[in-house]
Amino acid sequence: MTNHMIDLKNTNVALIMGSNMAENHPIGMKWLTKGRLDPKRQTKIIHVDPRFTRTSAVADIYCPMRSGTDIAFLGGMIKYILDNELYHKDYVVNYTNAAFLIRDDFDFQDGLFSGYDAAKRSYDNTSWDYKYDEAGNIMQDPTLQDPRCVFQLMKKHYSRYDIDTVCSITGSPKKKYLEVLKLYCSTGAPDKTGCINYAMGITQHTVGSQNVKSFAVVQLLLGNIGRAGGGINALRGENNVQGATDMALLFQYLPGYIDSPTASDKYKDLISYIRTTTPGAAKLPFTNLAEFRAIAAAGIKYSGWRANTSKWIVSLLKGWYGDAATEANDFAYHYIPKRNDTKNYSHIALFEAMHKGEIDGLFINGSNPVVGGPSANKEQTALTKLKWMVSIDLWLNESAEFWSHTAWERAVDNEKVSRLTPKDINTEVFFLPAAAVYEKEGTAAQTGRWVQFRWKGADPVGESKADLWIYNELAKKIKALYKDSKRPEDEPITKLTWGYDGHDEEEPDILKVANELCGFNVATGRPVEGFAQLKDDGSTVCGNWVYCGATTWKDDKMIYKPQLRKKDDPSGLGLFPNWSWCWPVNRRIVYNRCSVQPDGVTPWPGDSDRLVWWDPTKPADAAKPDVLGTWAGWDVPDFIKTTGPDKPAFKDPFIMRPEGKGCLFGTRASFKDGPFPEHYEPWESPIAPIINKQAMNPATKVWEPDKQGKAEEYPIIATTYRVTEHWQTGALTRNLPWLAELMPNMFVELSEELARDKGIKNGSKVIVSTTRGDIEALACVTKRFKPFKVAGKEVHQIGMLWQFGFKGYATGDIANRLTPHIGDANTMCPEYKAFLCDIRRA
Amino acid sequence: MANMTNLYDSSKCTACRACQVACKNWNQLPASIKPFKGNYQTHEDTDGDTFTIVLMNEVDNAASGVDWNFAKFQCMHCLDAACVKACPKGAYTKTEWGATIHDPEKCIGCQYCTYACPFGVPKHRKREDKITKCTLCADRVTAGLAPACATTCAPGALKFGDRDQLIEEARDRVNYLQANGFPNATIYGINELGGLNKLYILTDSPDKFGLPVNPKTYGTINFWQNWVQPYFGWLIPVALGASAVSFITTRLMADKHQEHPVEGGHE
Repeated sequence: MTNHMIDLKNTNVALIMGSNMAENHPIGMKWLTKGRLDPKRQTKIIHVDPRFTRTSAVADIYCPMRSGTDIAFLGGMIKYILDNELYHKDYVVNYTNAAFLIRDDFDFQDGLFSGYDAAKRSYDNTSWDYKYDEAGNIMQDPTLQDPRCVFQLMKKHYSRYDIDTVCSITGSPKKKYLEVLKLYCSTGAPDKTGCINYAMGITQHTVGSQNVKSFAVVQLLLGNIGRAGGGINALRGENNVQGATDMALLFQYLPGYIDSPTASDKYKDLISYIRTTTPGAAKLPFTNLAEFRAIAAAGIKYSGWRANTSKWIVSLLKGWYGDAATEANDFAYHYIPKRNDTKNYSHIALFEAMHKGEIDGLFINGSNPVVGGPSANKEQTALTKLKWMVSIDLWLNESAEFWSHTAWERAVDNEKVSRLTPKDINTEVFFLPAAAVYEKEGTAAQTGRWVQFRWKGADPVGESKADLWIYNELAKKIKALYKDSKRPEDEPITKLTWGYDGHDEEEPDILKVANELCGFNVATGRPVEGFAQLKDDGSTVCGNWVYCGATTWKDDKMIYKPQLRKKDDPSGLGLFPNWSWCWPVNRRIVYNRCSVQPDGVTPWPGDSDRLVWWDPTKPADAAKPDVLGTWAGWDVPDFIKTTGPDKPAFKDPFIMRPEGKGCLFGTRASFKDGPFPEHYEPWESPIAPIINKQAMNPATKVWEPDKQGKAEEYPIIATTYRVTEHWQTGALTRNLPWLAELMPNMFVELSEELARDKGIKNGSKVIVSTTRGDIEALACVTKRFKPFKVAGKEVHQIGMLWQFGFKGYATGDIANRLTPHIGDANTMCPEYKAFLCDIRRA
Repeated sequence: MANMTNLYDSSKCTACRACQVACKNWNQLPASIKPFKGNYQTHEDTDGDTFTIVLMNEVDNAASGVDWNFAKFQCMHCLDAACVKACPKGAYTKTEWGATIHDPEKCIGCQYCTYACPFGVPKHRKREDKITKCTLCADRVTAGLAPACATTCAPGALKFGDRDQLIEEARDRVNYLQANGFPNATIYGINELGGLNKLYILTDSPDKFGLPVNPKTYGTINFWQNWVQPYFGWLIPVALGASAVSFITTRLMADKHQEHPVEGGHE
């Protein structure tokens, strides 16, 4: 989230899209409903979703939309904003790249951006860039009239997204769509803010990243980023998913969202790594760290805050390899594993590789791919190709027992689906019982980036152990195995620092992990107070730069700020600065420079909720009381404190971006599938493309072309989702009787119209089939699903829970046996949300 | 002491059913897992181990296509409660703050209360042959706590407090709702059955939520309370007499039947 849960109470209009917020984020939803009762905000809630859910039930407007057509829906909104001049003009001109000119060779034809290579299904993004003048400055037209400026190119791009075309793609009733446009776009007024709350309904598509990018365009045009009650709020599917992402859950990152290196020239040594990852450094003259430091101190043009990447990677290496990391040996950069440049390591790719027998062993930790993975029949088969597997969980879930007889039972005999028995399977499976959240201490980073410490409430049951204990023991055993090795290739293990044992060596000390993650000075051992103080000379350690500043030193001991629980809220905006800690540097709303006008002081006309401001009367640094002028405010400024009106960067609120502006146009490598979001049909779509000539996202990798379901055979759209009563794959909740009774069986939701066509009775058994397999479920015939009118024809959509499996009190077939192995062009996030199926009576 | 109760606001409820779980937790009730019948509601009614459920009704709506109406359902703790009148053993009492309390020690499992209740709330728990129902968390309330359901309600749809004050709040809220898209918004529980000690803010008429529009107790309930129960002792001799009369008449009838065989019996 750019904002945070409590900030939802400050919004005028909330657009919930691709999320069933009331069901899946009930506590976050509470803050939205608070805003409704506040006479100042009178929050209105819009829900856009393929089916009417418990969120729709409490929304002011519900607008149906066919699965997989978000960009068409939002593209129409962008056109509506531009045509009716509803955008926040001062904001757009000053804080976005609307005025920036784009290279003359950038082009868009028939759904393809310039630079497309059909054979490789990928783009050469060279032309997706700004135009620079001879002095190396980006050319701009603040009047927004130049035909090559982002604003005009955007206007041209979305000119095709007129309301009738959009509604023929999305299947939304025109009247409802117009109601949504009118209400949400009213937040373009400078005194209003609107927030967009989304979840997996947006990301789990072949165009998932571009779906989110469409939100960014809408929110930047309406001036809703960096302000109280605004923002793009990713409602994370699990409490600590944010933390997992911060800690490099995604294969392309090291902790703190810095590149994980590949085995290529670009990353061959530390200097190459710095050159590649520091924006604007590619052609600068440096051959070693000392030269780079001198250049960086003088300032790197169009680099932004990422100019500090060298400090983050060196402090990380220093944490991992301690004394073995010195400037002379590249801070042991050669110890960290390098990825194969040509390979993808996302979930789908790993299971494809496993299916081919390329992977020997697997640790599954708090995950249940036999239920939760896409194309679960295939993923279950992939597990049989492993030599060994370790499952770490609270229960023996479906993945831990993928080898059992029950695991291979299927409702329908289908020769395309493999059916095995335990005697066919040679994978050795280990199960380690894990402690529940309440049985261990540690932090969870929630969706608003708040890192909150949780104290242990009860002892773990039986032999179950905290994950930290398990990994601490594992690491110590591995290190012991290598302790006598003198081989250089073993140094990444022998030289690895590992000192997290507590007093008795039995239980690890979690605060020791926190200390390393948040950073300390090598000489003194005292915390580094913020990432601005990190160094690239080996004098600081920091395991994750975004967590730097979460620790401090007071009264001779370390204070770990995620443990703070003070309830003061001086601004009244719900920032609660002393409740836990939030990354980065306890900044509750990022890009908050945008909450004041370009002069840095005045709130937007009619709006009183400025978060930060320039104070010319106070010093930025107490040690230099003569130098006046600093950024201050209710929130921690998302700005360099000393950047005053005399500096050109004073009006550049997006400090992580090289150009300092919010990007309506995503330059170069920002996205693999284009600088503007363009609607493409899902991989499996019931209609031919309407708005362009591309059948699907042209930059997405197709793993299994033969598994693509065609509309002639599978005419019905399917989607998957969760309900409030069950948690993720249900391993936790289907084992709890009080929750099992609330949702006892797997069911499929379908409209009364489709039920009539197919002769399906409410509550009866049905079979749902795709090219990947078949499942049996109970029918939930409901008024809450309605057929869509798409491209002039009636199209049906059904929905099903992906939370059932064969273990626990509440059981049922696994919906993911139906879903495809295809993902987003940028993230490889699987397309769980839109695929084709057929349904019949069982 | 003033009547204390829950005010339920259907315009705020998201049907997360945390109230159902909180109720089971506080009262330590076992799960009653029943097969899915085609509705999220899963429990069609309260049962011996389920004191509260959330009714979930899909209703056609010309403007929005469909409404999904939620209403928490449990014992209404009627101020003039039929169960109190119907119970032959005096197992039901009213607390001074309005809760209807059932004493399992006195209960004989006859289920007269179930049939007397206009909402059919008291349910028979077979394994103990006792009736069970919502207690309005009397044990919590007397200890200064709000009921478990109201305590857990995240969207703030349940509020526990003084009935008269809650009625005032409900009136304000209904006025607001009527002016903001819910012209049929109404309060349920002020006058129904002479007043319920459960109050509802409904965004539409009660029938759209699965609640009876004009709940009625059976006319015979007062007969039970005013005649049958005070003169319960007479019932035995009267019943014995009736049996004697029945015995004689039945035998006479049987004799007559023997004299007149059934026609067509020979075929």
